[in-house]
Amino acid sequence: MKSLGSIRRDFAPWADPGAKPYISFENVTKKFGDFIAVNDLSLNIYEREFFALLGASGCGKSTLLRMLAGFDEPTSGRILLDGQDLRGIPPYRRPVNMMFQSYALFPHMTVEGNIAFGLKQDNMPKAEIEARVKEMLRLVKLEQFAKRKPHQLSGGQRQRVALARSVAKRPKVLLLDEPLGALDKKLREETQFELMDLQQSLGLTFVVVTHDQEEAMTMADRIAILDKGEVMQVATPAEVYEAPGSRFVAGFVGNVNMFEGRVAARDAGIARITGASGAEIIVENAGDAETGNAVSFAIRPEKIKVSSRRPEGAVNAMEGEVFDLAYLGDMTVYHVRLDDGQVVKASSLNASRVTEDPLTWNDRAWISFPPDAGVVLTR
Amino acid sequence: MSEAVIDRENGAVAAKGRSLAGRAANAVVSRLVILVPYLWLLIFFLAPFVIVFKISLSQTAIAMPPYDPVLSLADGVSGLLEQLRQLSIDNYVWLTEDALYFNAYVSSVVIAATSTFLTLLVGYPIAYGMARAPASLRPTLLMLVILPFWTSFLIRVYAWIGILKPEGLLNQFLMALNIIDSPLIILNTHTAIFIGIVYSYLPFMILPLYSSLEKMDYSLIEAAKDLGCTPNGAFWKITFPLSLPGVIAGCMLVFIPAVGEFVIPDLLGGSQTLMIGKTLWNEFFANRDWPVSSAVAVILLLILIVPIMIFQNAQARAQEQER
Repeated sequence: MKSLGSIRRDFAPWADPGAKPYISFENVTKKFGDFIAVNDLSLNIYEREFFALLGASGCGKSTLLRMLAGFDEPTSGRILLDGQDLRGIPPYRRPVNMMFQSYALFPHMTVEGNIAFGLKQDNMPKAEIEARVKEMLRLVKLEQFAKRKPHQLSGGQRQRVALARSVAKRPKVLLLDEPLGALDKKLREETQFELMDLQQSLGLTFVVVTHDQEEAMTMADRIAILDKGEVMQVATPAEVYEAPGSRFVAGFVGNVNMFEGRVAARDAGIARITGASGAEIIVENAGDAETGNAVSFAIRPEKIKVSSRRPEGAVNAMEGEVFDLAYLGDMTVYHVRLDDGQVVKASSLNASRVTEDPLTWNDRAWISFPPDAGVVLTR
Repeated sequence: MSEAVIDRENGAVAAKGRSLAGRAANAVVSRLVILVPYLWLLIFFLAPFVIVFKISLSQTAIAMPPYDPVLSLADGVSGLLEQLRQLSIDNYVWLTEDALYFNAYVSSVVIAATSTFLTLLVGYPIAYGMARAPASLRPTLLMLVILPFWTSFLIRVYAWIGILKPEGLLNQFLMALNIIDSPLIILNTHTAIFIGIVYSYLPFMILPLYSSLEKMDYSLIEAAKDLGCTPNGAFWKITFPLSLPGVIAGCMLVFIPAVGEFVIPDLLGGSQTLMIGKTLWNEFFANRDWPVSSAVAVILLLILIVPIMIFQNAQARAQEQER
């Protein structure tokens, strides 16, 4: 079955029109003086969802998170959590907890003290607090560090303490502000999976802010891509990657080749796009593009095949010259300059150890791709 | 091995020798650098202290200088030993016999402690406000705190006489507003001393408090609130404990000089105020009893050693934490 759905089987509440959103941003605008951080934004997040807000710095993603936590109030519009309007509710009365980008661990308290802090505010009985702290320490594998102060821990350990502290109160929603930003690459990859496991086992709703697309793609059920305070697209990682809704999204997530052109003819789903130089592309997924529209054809490098001769039966094929190539071990990335001057990136998996007659610098080469390999973008 | 190689090796050895010599020279220089402050302390702190301590063991005499014995080598080593034998702890015994000194010490410590606490009460909100002010405004605010130092301390204390005296600015103002009928008696009371000390030492409280509050990460407060802590609770559980090094430093910087304060109690506190600084001044200038006043000074120093050590300890710990 071909699909671009959820990675978690049987979990797609957003596709169910009857499902009630857990968190709703309704026409939320936030201004700081003249600066519009969030512009008339509406967004639904569902219970138990792992939701990522992805965007470059200054796109308003952190402001959204801070409004959810209660540190900032929307200038207009409203935010609902489980049907309740959050306006005017101070952060210390909201059933959400946040894991801060800087971790914000209390330096004068031990690891235990940090984790117990939120529980103490709720006047939880002492025995229960102790039990919960132990449970949290076990969860993040820091049992033997309970008595340490934050400055005696490594970066990865601090991140775990911050995580344990923020989930200790069993919040309805956990907000994570760049949770892996301060970790090195290897640790980050490990922690991504741990976060996913944690979210599954605790059954919490996670809203994570990140600028790292790979992080968002790996962890999230759905991703909202933000730009200048507006939502560009909300979709599953696969949809965002394979069916981007706009040029911005296509360019923001992953590598992409863009061919500019005009729809010359359109028949059912199939369209013929003509570029400025006369090159033609036949596309199956033309979307809402109509004849005469100026469009971009977006195709990912790994969908393009590079060969020394024109492949037989190829619908779309163009000729050019290998202008640069990078051997990365698992794959090779070719930069092919087409005869009309456009440079196309194509990556091919090195599935076998040796290649007969490999392409090299300045070789003539053909790029080719099937009609369903890319998407047509009108926006 | 060819000669060239040997030559090069010799060169390398020579270079190594030079760098070793350089390192040794560096070590000497760094010792010298450390030596300078030690010399300073030796000449301007330890030596005077030894002199004062020696005088405190002498007896008053109508002479120049007004104590006896004066140590000298005029009569040779045996003469010097004879002079040393004359030293006694009589003056210290005297301090315990006359209740005046004990009362003056206690009263000084109480007044200094009270005014330190008042300075903290006034200084903390100011320092907190400064630390939370927009970053562009902070240098100006700091400047305003330091500004009073540009005029003489003595003149500023005199100015308070003009404000606090029965027919002074404060009373005139309050009477003009019909808040009071008869002038308040503030001058020549402990209240005036507290006002004087709080006013004069406020910058010493504000600056360390400000520096510890300013470097505090505001996201800690947000984290506390996020975990269910009210703003008030967040202050007492997070902000205040984290500013403790600043609180201790500020309190010690006010308390230590306030114990021995002379000018403020003398000008604002009137004649009945009992503070050790005034007692010391009286012994020295009015009674011309150098040995007893030296003994008073030595005991004062001993009393202050405890808070000074607390201060040093807090500083060391604060530095440790920053690392």
